[in-house]
Amino acid sequence: MTRHVVERLAQTGLVLAIMSFVIYGLIGLMPGDPIDVMVNADPDLTPADAARLKALYGLDLPIHVRYWNWLLAALAGDLGFSRLFSQPVLDVLWPRLGNTALLMGLSFVASILIALPLGVFAALRPHSLADNLVNLFCFAGISVPPFWLALMLIIVFAVVLGVLPAGGTPALDAAGFWAGARYLVLPVLALTLASVGGYIRFVRAAVIETLRLDYIRTARAKGCSRARVVWGHALRNATIPLATIVGLSFGTLFSGALITETVFAWPGMGKLIYDAVLGNDFNLALVGLLLATLTTLIGNLLADLLVTWLDPRIGGVGT
Amino acid sequence: MPRRLSAAVLAIVLGASATFGAVATIAAAPAHAAKDELVIGITQFPSTFHPNIDSMLAKTYMLAMTARPFTVYDENWELVCLLCTELPTIENGLAVPEETADGKPGIAVTYTIHPEATWGDGKPVTSEDVMFTWEVGRHPQSGIAGAEGYRRITGIDVHDDKTFTLHVNKLTFTYNAFSANLLPAHLEREKFAEPAEYRNRTTYDADTTNPGLYFGPYRITETSAGSHVVFEPNPTWWGRKPYFRRIVVRVIENTAALEANLLSGEIDYVAGELGLTIDQALAFEKRHGDDFKVVYKPGLIYEHVDLNLDNPVLADVRVRHALIHGIDRTAISEQLFEGRQPVAASNVNPLDWVFAADTPDYPYDPDRAAELLDAAGWTDMRGGIRHNAAGDPLTLELMTTAGNRTRELVEQVLQSQWRSLGIDVKIRNEPARVFFGQTVAQRRFTGLAMYAWISSPESVPRTTLHSEEIPTAENNWSGQNNPGYRSDEMDGLIDAIEVELDRDKRKALWRRLQELYVTDLPVIPLYFRANAYIMPKWLEGIVPTGHQFTTTLWVENWRAAE
Repeated sequence: MTRHVVERLAQTGLVLAIMSFVIYGLIGLMPGDPIDVMVNADPDLTPADAARLKALYGLDLPIHVRYWNWLLAALAGDLGFSRLFSQPVLDVLWPRLGNTALLMGLSFVASILIALPLGVFAALRPHSLADNLVNLFCFAGISVPPFWLALMLIIVFAVVLGVLPAGGTPALDAAGFWAGARYLVLPVLALTLASVGGYIRFVRAAVIETLRLDYIRTARAKGCSRARVVWGHALRNATIPLATIVGLSFGTLFSGALITETVFAWPGMGKLIYDAVLGNDFNLALVGLLLATLTTLIGNLLADLLVTWLDPRIGGVGT
Repeated sequence: MPRRLSAAVLAIVLGASATFGAVATIAAAPAHAAKDELVIGITQFPSTFHPNIDSMLAKTYMLAMTARPFTVYDENWELVCLLCTELPTIENGLAVPEETADGKPGIAVTYTIHPEATWGDGKPVTSEDVMFTWEVGRHPQSGIAGAEGYRRITGIDVHDDKTFTLHVNKLTFTYNAFSANLLPAHLEREKFAEPAEYRNRTTYDADTTNPGLYFGPYRITETSAGSHVVFEPNPTWWGRKPYFRRIVVRVIENTAALEANLLSGEIDYVAGELGLTIDQALAFEKRHGDDFKVVYKPGLIYEHVDLNLDNPVLADVRVRHALIHGIDRTAISEQLFEGRQPVAASNVNPLDWVFAADTPDYPYDPDRAAELLDAAGWTDMRGGIRHNAAGDPLTLELMTTAGNRTRELVEQVLQSQWRSLGIDVKIRNEPARVFFGQTVAQRRFTGLAMYAWISSPESVPRTTLHSEEIPTAENNWSGQNNPGYRSDEMDGLIDAIEVELDRDKRKALWRRLQELYVTDLPVIPLYFRANAYIMPKWLEGIVPTGHQFTTTLWVENWRAAE
């Protein structure tokens, strides 16, 4: 097990190194730079000013030189300054990371809490009216465009009913827990509705598949209660493929949801990375994307370990 | 058993739903903020709060509540003092023409800072702040965007704490305009010890709520990056006492969500400077015009189509004239914008005092356009497309920023109207980043490029029309004369206007410039964009200016109706 974990961590480091170069190069391939755009918006900015600013921000250097300079500084622990926010990259990232982890984490937990029972519920009565209704709910959530769903939620709960804020974050002096929590309700609901359908379908399919296996029939023949067969045997095995899917989703907990964050004016990682890429903020974009890569890789590793724990026959870990 | 299981499952599902419902019920909030608090919605968050690093409208909008430049243009487009006590002029003796060290005409301009101007931490605003701001502004490593204005100042004589004289190395008609934003020397000098690091260390970003950074009617008391900024009255402000106890500027980049926030009462007012687009505002007014005041103010954002004059087809002035005669700009303004965005006769806005009302006009006249195209040799109509004697089709490429709904709409109308004349117009749009960063900046568009210029009152179009400002590989693509327009007369007019102090003589020069502009027609003028200010009926005192100086410069006049 230890060897497996060490190997995976080494792979993670290698992937991160390759990703950092690829991301830096891809951002550098985009034509123009922020100073070009600034010049266009301000005819009074002289060519000399533009050249001076490009030199100041290092935009006049070849891309590989810029990457090498960044890499050396990063290895020395200096992730640099964000050009867009005029602050150290980590000072910009941490609050956004917290916001995104809160938003996505709540949505993630809500999705799993809803998906597990509802998926099992549907799996136990396949093709019944209840199953069809659950499927309808799932497909509606999967197929509705996230921005449309978000806007509809705002219109219903904020505009028509007036019970929830349409977006944003609370002011620092907002009084009480709910004064702050109310800002989370609609974005979490939007994300949950958009993602829960996939999880339900996955749980349903896995449980149906498991219920057909011989050992379930044996358990029933031995007189196990239905609840024990379903929750103790079927769901445990059905959880194995689900764990892989959940692991893959882990990265999104920290990389954010661009559309939801934009519509609900929630300052999170998705919007931050998007702005950083478009604004040629290399330091910020790079660190943000590497963080998303890292969390995805860690999520996969954790999923592997969980799967191995659930079924030691899989993966050959420790053999 | 199945029933029990079903009941358990349903209980969990209902429980989850109830949690949302309960939160929703508990979270019930007032429909709108109290009237001593104003919540403004805009679509952009500043990248920095330093007033002189980067130029960004969101920052200008916010900081105008917290500080004042020496001079600004008011709502009548007249230059007025805000931080100074009297506008210096040659007539009142506060501006004195002089000769520079190299024998060129310069000018000495004396300003007096308002005697009660005080930073929020109690330190008076003094000439030392002026000296420090100049020092930062002209330093090549400070990160200041428009440093040219600072470098034109060759020296500053400090007479006392409140009075100083600027020595400027060029005598232009804008000699008394001084829109610099002062920096607090007592806070920032230490941060400027290493100029190259200044932009990363400035107090404006490291400690944005420091009261010593502000001397306007409000100061920033809270920022949440990407979300909102809170302003509260500055106790050291010397002018009219601001009405609102608190102003919150919320940033909502998605305009549909911005509109929903306005309707839900989460925000009170959508700022025209950075709010809904004109088509969204018109649609909003139709649906909710009874509940809000919608004020449209046309301004200095000039939408136009650049013609690449290196294209042999467009090098023929008859084709250029045919293009403008072939489009119904009045109908575009009326049909798409309900007349709120006036047709541009030239690059000069009719609200500008130098506008020449007798500038030659090009009405929609497809017959005249056809005659001009015939005269230019595009006579052979095949498959609905004109061809010349060599058999070349009359084909042009039209580009603009992809995703800009208004521009794409206008583009389709232009394409259709030109197509009816036998001109094959192919649309090829690009993301703004590519379009401005490469295609326009390096003149890679082969035919027509539609976009906007932002200017200021009586802004001399040197960078956009002077022949020295044509971007080329040799000059590292500097300059913004993107059509590649060359005219000795235009160059001479631009040079002359800049240094002509006599208003009557200058107006005559401007008149000729506009005439030449529309006669040579390197650019097809379309319309001047309007800003839509959507405010609650109880909000009073907001006066849109139509130029680059934002309404927030007069925020102390904003009131809630009794």
